[in-house]
Amino acid sequence: MITNSSIANKSKKSTLQSAKKKLSPYVYLSPTIILMTVLMLIPIVMVILYSFKDNVIMNKNPVFAGIKHYVDIIKDGTFHQAIYNTLYFTVMSVIFHFVLGLSFAMLLNTKVLKPATKSLFRVIYVLPWVFTATIIAILWRLMLNPNGIINYMLTTANIVSNKIEWLSSTQFALHALTYINIWSGYPFFMISLLAGLQGIPAELYEAATIDGANTVQSFRYVTVAKLKPIIVSMAMLDFIWTVQQFPLVWMTTGGGPIHATEMLSTYTYKLAFSSYNFSQASASAVIVLILSMCMALFYVKNQKAGD
Amino acid sequence: MSSKPFKQIITKVLIVIALLIGAVYAGFPVLWMVVCSFKPNPEIFAYPPSFISETFSFDAYKAIFMDSAKVRFFINSYLVSLLVTVLTLFVGILAAYGISRYEFKLKKPLNMLIINVQAVPPITLLIPYFSLIVALRLYNTYFALIFTYMVFTLPYAIIMMTGYFNTLPKELDESVLVNGGNSFISLWKVLVPISIPGIVSTGIYTFMQAWNEYLFALTLTKTNEMRTVPIGIQLLMGQHSYEWNQMMAMSILGCLPVLILFLFLQRYFIAGMTAGAIKS
Repeated sequence: MITNSSIANKSKKSTLQSAKKKLSPYVYLSPTIILMTVLMLIPIVMVILYSFKDNVIMNKNPVFAGIKHYVDIIKDGTFHQAIYNTLYFTVMSVIFHFVLGLSFAMLLNTKVLKPATKSLFRVIYVLPWVFTATIIAILWRLMLNPNGIINYMLTTANIVSNKIEWLSSTQFALHALTYINIWSGYPFFMISLLAGLQGIPAELYEAATIDGANTVQSFRYVTVAKLKPIIVSMAMLDFIWTVQQFPLVWMTTGGGPIHATEMLSTYTYKLAFSSYNFSQASASAVIVLILSMCMALFYVKNQKAGD
Repeated sequence: MSSKPFKQIITKVLIVIALLIGAVYAGFPVLWMVVCSFKPNPEIFAYPPSFISETFSFDAYKAIFMDSAKVRFFINSYLVSLLVTVLTLFVGILAAYGISRYEFKLKKPLNMLIINVQAVPPITLLIPYFSLIVALRLYNTYFALIFTYMVFTLPYAIIMMTGYFNTLPKELDESVLVNGGNSFISLWKVLVPISIPGIVSTGIYTFMQAWNEYLFALTLTKTNEMRTVPIGIQLLMGQHSYEWNQMMAMSILGCLPVLILFLFLQRYFIAGMTAGAIKS
């Protein structure tokens, strides 16, 4: 009798425990689940609903508008310009972030200098990354001002004859903006690639030399091959982030002059908070979301393939 | 025989030259910012430009510290960033513990969600946030910023902390469970104390994200009393004149917390930066 009841008790206790164990992870995750529902799922549903209605936010009872806003956007020439600008800005940024990041990382990984010298250079090279986009925007507006230091240096060196309106001419603004973004973003690549370089065992290079590889070959078959997973995932993350870049564009050119630097983000922002056309802005926001999600799927797929 | 050391010297010289060119590319704009913050405003665009101004002065810094409205930007930024960091760490550590230590049905989809959430563009969330925050009467409050910032700080914190907890053996917290403690105690008494390096990395990264945020701060606050530093700098671009020297001084003051954290806690920073790209 006694043994029976104690066994029953035990099994009762263990089912209770296993139920508790099943529930525990959800208890730990509940604050996150609640926050993500309120901050992510609900807003995304909202913005999708907004994009199919007329006059949301401004009108208390908006009516259903179908895909009108999407059609309007897809027909809008400014939107096409924004897509082109965003792609140019993003692709050039990612390419040069990678090129500069890898070059600087390899320089900093050299064996011919003392560690103290290298860490001094490393701090200088990381500097652009400690500044927030607003500060970077203001600093470069100062430097690229027609009367600023860049034009002074270029005219003094006789590279250009006239002062150039870097950020307010349709000819130069997009390139200047892309240059600024390249300057501000390469440290992120550099630090990751440097960590990756330090993880490549010296024996691999020795083995390559013994096999008769020259410098270019050992760069191609050892350095690049070993860093490839980092390079691919950094490039994808950078692509996703750069497509979304808003503050730098907004604070340097505001998308101008005459849409010369209009990006998907500034285009959407202006629709919402300059024209108060929240419905059309929502449609644009949904398009940006779909583009980003496609990139994210690629990223996750790539990460999985690497596992 | 002497060709080998000669070749080495040439290599060294070339590397140093390349490093110096790179340092000018990276560092000159920053140096120029510092130089301009010590100039009187009319001299900013003087021709030819001067490096060490004859009228070297701290006036720009004084103007910021003497103006309570400008000091307020800094107080707001510190307050919001610190609160976001504390809340993110708390919620993130709980979630990371759940993901790291338990097997459950929704684990995979939840993981996928957390990774994908990072790719959602802030501009997409901005419009619904604006209408939610206005509807909840939170427009132009600290709460509006703290609450919305967590959408992008939390996923990263969870990923970093889960990765850190995964490196710690499960036996550590199981010993607490065997001795009659519950999992909550084992988390805070055992795991958290030995995870300080991971928590510091995550905390620094979270603080930085919050400190630098621009879009939500621009849209969800309105009065100068609620503005943070990134918006405050922009407000110095007045309608009549640009106070360039003050903007530069405020930029330097604005990047100080991040710069100081970086200089003293470099390895934590680098751990945070590389966590996203390098898988162990």
